[in-house]
Amino acid sequence: MSPLGGKAVITGIGQSETGRRLGRSGQSLTVEACLRAIVDAGLEPDDIDGIATYPGALSPSPGFSGAGSMQLHDALGLRTRWHMGSAETAGQLGPVMSACLAAATGAADHVVCFRSVWESTAQSGGDRASAISRGPSRAGGFLEWVAPYGAMSAATWVALLCSRYMHEHRLTREQLAQIALTCRRHAAGNPAAVYREPLSLDDYLAARMISTPLCLYDCDVPCDGAVAVIVSRADAARGLRRDPLTVEAFGHGVSERHTWDQRRDLTTMGAHDAAAAMWAQTSLTPADVDVAELYDGFSYITLQWIEALGFCAHGQAGSYVEGGHRIALEGELPLNTQGGQLSGGRLHGLGFLHEACTQLWGEGGERQALRDVDVAVAAAGGGPIAGCLLVSRRQGRRRRARAHAPK
Amino acid sequence: MTTGSEPAERPRQRVLPAPTWESEAFWKGGFDGQLLIHSCRRCGRFFHPPAAACWRCRSTDVGPRPASGLAVVAAVSVNEHQWHPGFEPPYAVAIVELDDEPDVRLTTNIVGCAPGDVRIGMSVTVCFEDWDDVSIPVFRPLEEGRR
Repeated sequence: MSPLGGKAVITGIGQSETGRRLGRSGQSLTVEACLRAIVDAGLEPDDIDGIATYPGALSPSPGFSGAGSMQLHDALGLRTRWHMGSAETAGQLGPVMSACLAAATGAADHVVCFRSVWESTAQSGGDRASAISRGPSRAGGFLEWVAPYGAMSAATWVALLCSRYMHEHRLTREQLAQIALTCRRHAAGNPAAVYREPLSLDDYLAARMISTPLCLYDCDVPCDGAVAVIVSRADAARGLRRDPLTVEAFGHGVSERHTWDQRRDLTTMGAHDAAAAMWAQTSLTPADVDVAELYDGFSYITLQWIEALGFCAHGQAGSYVEGGHRIALEGELPLNTQGGQLSGGRLHGLGFLHEACTQLWGEGGERQALRDVDVAVAAAGGGPIAGCLLVSRRQGRRRRARAHAPK
Repeated sequence: MTTGSEPAERPRQRVLPAPTWESEAFWKGGFDGQLLIHSCRRCGRFFHPPAAACWRCRSTDVGPRPASGLAVVAAVSVNEHQWHPGFEPPYAVAIVELDDEPDVRLTTNIVGCAPGDVRIGMSVTVCFEDWDDVSIPVFRPLEEGRR
């Protein structure tokens, strides 16, 4: 069962202005999102006693990090008992898991978790490629093994794995397209999304290739924006503005080598390890999930999360999304209801948890899933990087309905 | 030496690796025509990337050893976007599995044929591009009957 024991809850969410080339600093976006989340929870900045963020202040490329934990601390004059900021965790949702552990153990009462990016503005002096190639003249770390081969973007690393999946499991481009097309349809109902105009299958198939089999619409769009989520100790959340959402389980597991190209089965990812670790913490099952907010830095990663989380069998993700009906707002597994990062903008991970909470609170407006939403999953990361969270309304309609159902 | 419709040109520039204590042999072996892959002296098996211990048996008695240079393409992507000013697309990036130890894979380029002609399952053999103080292992299609 979950080490959290229901003692970590989400009490508020916030998102800054989001868009292309806003001409604002990462710190300004960070402060805006965090203050909104604090107000949303019915708290004051003085109530915040913890901070958790990804990746921390250091930015490997321009605009990748908007602020570190201590920049927020200083900007808002916080007084904290606990904080962290790191990229060495279970992907972009890893700091939220750390915050849950801090809240559940009483190390902090109210932790503000944030992720901020301002890549669109920071890279506006040139295109994304120029930002990547502006790095050091010699490649170190993981890049040592790929950059010499012209594979300096995750687009190529993901494309390689997708090519293998297509080869082994007969995934087609038309099936893969359903991720981008679904995200675009859902973005139409999200005023904060970057791309909201209709996208057709013909548009998708005619788009230029980035790295085969991935085309332009398989890649998310850099943007400026910040997202914040307040994780609270359940006992400290009583009487706050909102019904708290319970973090039922988290997936932080890494059970294979943490590399892009040495995993035993190249048609799986770290997502499979993280998802297995998450389900091991709960009696809930994939059938209990009402909406899925699954990372789409590249569309193929979303297919990986769908099968990793058990919504279909291994190798069946293509046929699962075929036609897009299952993953539509009215489908059995409404997916990326805010438009994902493909159309919503590359908020880089935490946006999926923000949207899961929005759906659980029933505040999606035009993009609200048509079914009752009592359990949501949010997942982030691709390749070896992976983390996922299962969040519920424990007093939700489903459980009441179950209790009253005839035996 | 190579066959194929349109041999890939050597790019004007590559982002060169910064060899480490562990990886230096990999990036220098090509000067002697050798693909040097780390292997374990206890369990006898290759592994990659090179590290201070064998991830399979945890022995620290490890070091570089010549591999045959023969491999099979396990995944391939034709990169069509220009990420680096000196590396003109299109070019084929592949993950290859070594004949010596199929679960040891290298991310590499396939040269000596049109990028679009590279197929999963294709047999390839190592060749080297020398750049300054490193020799970059890349692979080209194995000629018929050479296996």
